[in-house]
Order: sequence, then C-alpha cells, then structure tokens
Amino acid sequence: MSTLAPLGFFARLGFAFSLFFKVVFDGLFAARAAAMADQRLPETAGDAAGAPGPATKESSAAAAPPRPQAVPEAPVRAAEPQPAAETSALQLLSAFQREGRFLDFVKEDVATVADGDLAGVARLVHAGCRRVVDGWFTLEPVWPGEEGAKATVPAGYDGRRVRLTGNVTGEPPFTGTLTHHGWRASAPRLPTLSAGSDPAILAPAEVEL
Amino acid sequence: MSQYVVGIDLGTSNSALAYAPLDEARLPIGLLELPQLVDVGVVERRRLLPSFLYIPAEAETQAGGLGVPWDASGKLVVGAFARDHGAQVPDRLVSSAKSWLCHAAVDRRGPILPWGKGDDGVRKVSPLEATARYLLHLRRAFEAAHPEAPLGQQRVILTVPASFDPGARELTVEAARAAGLPNVVLLEEPQAAVYAWLEKRGESWRKELSVGDRVLVVDIGGGTTDFSLIDTVDEEGSLGLRRVAVGDHILLGGDNMDYALAFALKKELEEGGAALDAWQMRVLVQACRAAKEALLLDEDAGGPTSQAILVPNRGAKLFKKNLKAELTRERVLEVVLQGFFPSCGPDATPEQRRVGLTQLGLPYATDPAITRHLAQFLTRHAREGEAFALPTAILFNGGVLGSPAIQQRITQVISTWLAEADAPEARVLSGAELDVAVARGAAAYGQAREGGGLRIRGGTARTYYVGVEQPMPAVPGYEPPVTAVCVAPFGMEEGTALDLPAQRFGLVVGQPARFRFFSSSVRKTDPIGSELDPLPPDLEELAPIETTLDGTAGAVVEVGLSAAVTPVGTLELSCVDAAAERRWKLEFDVRDRAA
Repeated sequence: MSTLAPLGFFARLGFAFSLFFKVVFDGLFAARAAAMADQRLPETAGDAAGAPGPATKESSAAAAPPRPQAVPEAPVRAAEPQPAAETSALQLLSAFQREGRFLDFVKEDVATVADGDLAGVARLVHAGCRRVVDGWFTLEPVWPGEEGAKATVPAGYDGRRVRLTGNVTGEPPFTGTLTHHGWRASAPRLPTLSAGSDPAILAPAEVEL
Repeated sequence: MSQYVVGIDLGTSNSALAYAPLDEARLPIGLLELPQLVDVGVVERRRLLPSFLYIPAEAETQAGGLGVPWDASGKLVVGAFARDHGAQVPDRLVSSAKSWLCHAAVDRRGPILPWGKGDDGVRKVSPLEATARYLLHLRRAFEAAHPEAPLGQQRVILTVPASFDPGARELTVEAARAAGLPNVVLLEEPQAAVYAWLEKRGESWRKELSVGDRVLVVDIGGGTTDFSLIDTVDEEGSLGLRRVAVGDHILLGGDNMDYALAFALKKELEEGGAALDAWQMRVLVQACRAAKEALLLDEDAGGPTSQAILVPNRGAKLFKKNLKAELTRERVLEVVLQGFFPSCGPDATPEQRRVGLTQLGLPYATDPAITRHLAQFLTRHAREGEAFALPTAILFNGGVLGSPAIQQRITQVISTWLAEADAPEARVLSGAELDVAVARGAAAYGQAREGGGLRIRGGTARTYYVGVEQPMPAVPGYEPPVTAVCVAPFGMEEGTALDLPAQRFGLVVGQPARFRFFSSSVRKTDPIGSELDPLPPDLEELAPIETTLDGTAGAVVEVGLSAAVTPVGTLELSCVDAAAERRWKLEFDVRDRAA
C-alpha cells in the first residue's frame, strides 16, 4: 500500500465523474462503494488534516469532487499552488455544463425522479460530457487486456499505475485478476481563456430578448 | 521560402487543415488543431473549424470575450461558437457560404449574407468575404502554431468541389488572395479523397487496383454531394490514375438527413402541444444526428430498435418541462435510407419538380434521393456499349458515410445495378478518415507535386462553349438563334492554352462585350472550335462572361478567343487581337456587378 501516490487532479475528477454515473445507475456498485467509503472514513479525515495550504483546499472546494480514494500512508506531496490548476478545474466544470448540462444535473435531487426520465437526461449529460472528455484528453487503459483476465504484476512495479487489492502476501511477482484496466490521460488539451474572463462563472445567466 | 505543404479543405459546413514539412523524405501529414471560440471567453483547439460566421451585435462585442488569440476585437466570429450560438440568432449567422459562392444567380461579391431579412442593422458580408474570413482564420491558426512560416509563403492546396464552375473557382482563388494566400493551387475534393486513400495505402495500392479499374468516388458532405469517376490506366508501363468524369453540384448532404429526422419529430412534438424554440431545435437536430448513427446499426450488430430523444428546457431545472420523443429504427430507415437512398434502377433520374416562380436562395436539390442522382451520373458517363458507367471500386468520403449502414445501402444499390448489367461486383476501398481525408489528401497532393509522386490526371472536367448569335432580322418574341462554339475542350490540363482556330468576332472598343457561356460534363469529344447548332440539350448555361476592350471608343477590333488552364487550376478565357498582340481577359461572374 505504501507504494500508492496521490492521483492527479484530473485523474481524480475524471474518476469521480465516472463513479458518479456508476453510483447513480448501478445499485450493486453503489452498495459496494458505500461500504468501502464507510471503511475508509477515518483515514480520509486524517488525510484531510494533513493537507497542505489554502490554495489546495479552495480548489477542491470549488470543484467539490467526491474523493474516491483515500491515500493514507503515501507521502503527501504538497500540491504546487499553480494558479492555472484552479482555473482549469473551473474550466472543465464549465465545459461539462456547456456541453452536457452537468451542473444542472448534479444539483438536481434525483431521489424522486422516475428511472425513465433519469435515463433520458443521463443520455444527454453523457453525450455532452463525453464530447468534452474526448476533446480535451486522450484516454487509454493503464493495463492492456480484458478485465477478468489473469494479470501478473512484476517485481518493482509502479505503484502509481497498478493498485493491488485483496490479500497481498509474499513477494512479487503477484498474479491476480484484472478488475479494472485503469485510465491514463495523456496530452490534455485545455482551452485558453480570454483575458478578463471570470473562470468562476461556470455558466452565465441567459436572458432572451 | 516554403517550409510546408498545406492542404486546406474548405468545406460547406466544416473546414480542416493538414500539413507536412517540405522535405526530401516524405514526412507524415499532420492535422492542425484549430483554435476557435467555443463559448464566450473560451478558445478551444479542435480539428474541424465549422464554416460559420457569426456577426455579433455591437453590445455583444463590447461585452467582450468574443476574441481569438490573434484578433481580440470580436467583431466577427468564426467556428464552433459561431455555429452553436448563431443557430439561435439566424439573422446574424452566415452559413453555407460555399454554396452561395457557386450560385451564379446572386451577386457573390455583394453583401447578401446572412441571406433573407432586410436591413435591420446587421452588417452583411458577401459570399466572397465570408470565404475569405474562414481562410483568414485558418491562416492565423497556422501562423499561431508556426510563427516562423507565414502561410502565404507555403505551398497551399485548396480543395473545391469537382463540380465548381470556372467562376466559383476563380472566386475561391480571389478569396484566398484576400486572406493573404496569394499562391494557392486548387484541387477537386473527390480527387483529394483518392490522394488520402493512396497516402494511407502507401505502395500497396497497386495491389488493390489494376489497369481497367474504374473507381467511383462518392463524397457526401454536410451540405453537398459530389461524384467522380477515376480510371486506372496504363501509363508507359506503370499504373496511372485519370479522372474521367465529375457530376453536377448537388446541394444535398448529411445535414439534410438530420434536419429531416428533426422535423419529423418536431411535428410530432408540436402535435402534442409543445412549442420548440430555435435553441431546442438545434438540440433536437444534434440528438437526431447521434440517434441516427446508433439506430442505423444493424440489429445483428447490437443496434437498438429505438432511442429516446430528450430536448431539455433551457433553465437550470433539468427534469422540468423537458420535451421527449422517441426515434425508432423504423423511422430512421424510412426517413434516411428510403428517403435519401431509395432502391432504384440504374436508369432512374432525379425527379424534377417544376416550380413556376424560381425563388432566389440556394438551389437545393429538388429530389433528395442521392441514389437517383447517382444513377443519373453513371448513366450520363457510360462508355460506348454500356448502359451506365460500371464502377469496379467505390471510395466513400464525407462525414455522413461514417455510418456503415449508409455505406452498405449505397454499395447494395450499386451491386444490384451491376448484377443487372452482368458486371462483377464493385469492392469498397476503405481506409481514410472520412471527415479529414480531403485536407490530408490535399497535403498529399502537395507532396506529390513537389516530389514527382503519382498524380491523378484529368484536366478540365467539362467542355466549355461560348454562345454566338446568328445574324437574322429581329423578330419580336423570338430570340436570335445561338450557336455554341467550343472554346475549351474536356480534359485540358493545367498550364495548357488553346486558341480558337477559325472564328473571329468583331468587338466594339469601349463597351462591354458579353458572351453567353455554356458547359457540358458529358460532351467529352467536342474539339476546340466545333460549332453546335442548334444548342443540344446536354449543355448547361452558366452566367455570361464579359470583357471591355480598351482603346479608341467606338472602333471595332477583330478578335479571336483563347482558353488557358492556369497552373492554379482556374480557367482563363481571353479575347486576342493577334495583329496587335493584345489580349483582354473575359471575366466570369459579371452579371450582378453590372446590375
């Protein structure tokens, strides 16, 4: 476990996003995720306590992605307070909203919405957000191969790329089953903002004349 | 000093730019990611630049955020935001400028776009200017990425529909000049698609085609459909390609299919009491496009049988007041496949609906059946002894044909025709990316020009004629009979010139001399100087051509006619006074400037 390193912001956001849909549309998965989240709660709290400076806090508050994973023992790398990081997070949200009505969707209370209505909206949100993801990132699996297939993790493996789950005993190489092929984003293509624009305005108010 | 070959696909609905370093070695061709405004204040790089121009209101410009990195003014917007935002404000949106550019019935240099509405304070632009704006955007995008290489100094290949007439070609070159690209070379789009295929295949194309093959290029873009036939010929022992026929300009494409579906659903929704605004209509069209792709998949391939279409309301409450409709596979098959690609015989012709009053506006195809247009094209270009031209291979191009079901339908219709004619089945040449193949192919053609690579030969795709009035006493109500004299035969190659051997015209100096102008895509054997009297039905009249002879007003000069195909790929007609060694260029597209 100690080989784990924190996921990058976009990886987290992307992951959070895919989790969101899995949780909403896959009841079994939601139950499993809930159980897992319960287990990890104290660790999460500990992690947050050790989090660095205010910039990071602010940016995570602005984007508010559900934190999918706790990374308790990893050395907490003080995230460089890059001025662009916060902006790009807001930009991504703004693009999700523009193309896929993402904010409208997550801010709705879906508890009472009928499944049919939810499915129709999900299709819309999915199509739009996917356009953004496909346009901004090149995503590829970290681990080539079918999920469910046998996977051998060699000695000296990169803990940032592969996470071992289940009962880890003995020395590598480890042999197991690929449960998730992972995602790797390469070459993000972020849009540029024109000078003077306010990234905090994720969607402007619209007034029809 | 040129450093790059650059291919530009200036499409009716989307443009793209591909390029490669100019080098001894064939370096791979890359696509330029094109920065463009996608929302107020947001510039994204995308590989397609929607060919739309939005003309913002003064207040919108002043509110800011409409600029791009190289032009902060935000007075005119090109690209995705122009298309998406403009769809809600059609009075400020210029679309299909390319179709207007080849529409001889309007003043293509006049401020007529956005078409329609009268003077309500919106600045208007000409089809020429809109085209120049798109090219300027592409130029700035290139120069932003390659500041050391001004695009005007690169080897730029610009594609045009094979069916563009000489006037439209010349206007395209003029637009390029206005955009700071003085040295472009034109290439026909279907040929560019073939170059893209050749590039993709490398040398192995010689295994896929052999002498005697006839490739049918079916190019269905967003707004236009274009057919070409390319023969594989023996050129001194090696395989060569020759473009032998091009079809008419058909204003019909993928957008029409999406709109047809959207309008069918809109009607349904409105019958249910709903009212759609322009924004919702746009969402509906987009949803139909996506659903069409999914529903056109075979059931065997796991395609759904129906798909819910949701048009959300514009407010933040995503689950309130949504419009819902159902698009079934049956309906898509009916609207798209039966409507646009019906089964028909090889002898079918497009239905001509005669309309009493010709409306201005774009001359959209009156028959949406692309298969009937195709049948007509093949029948017109039959060789001796054939009922119709028999293709042995098919190359698809254009975003619409990304749908396998549409490809299959066209292939199947052609197969039926070929079976009827006892001809072997045509195979489908595959490989190139459909939406950017033309840009890539144009760059590949640029490489071939530089490096002596394989080039498709073809020359002029049509035969051109001027009308000469026969002297006869004036009879009220009768136009004097006109003889068509061939001035540029089919297949004149770039860089060649021909003089009309016999005919001489007495022209009055100081006043415009105007000729009626005709073309034919099917009369391929008329030699220069041949006279057609009476006018055969297979001639198509183009806008007249005109020149004004300078000199002592009132004098009469005896001139001959001369035709040249410039290295750029445009046709040039001149009046020549052989004795005085003077020539006057005949201008295309003069009707409306004079009016």
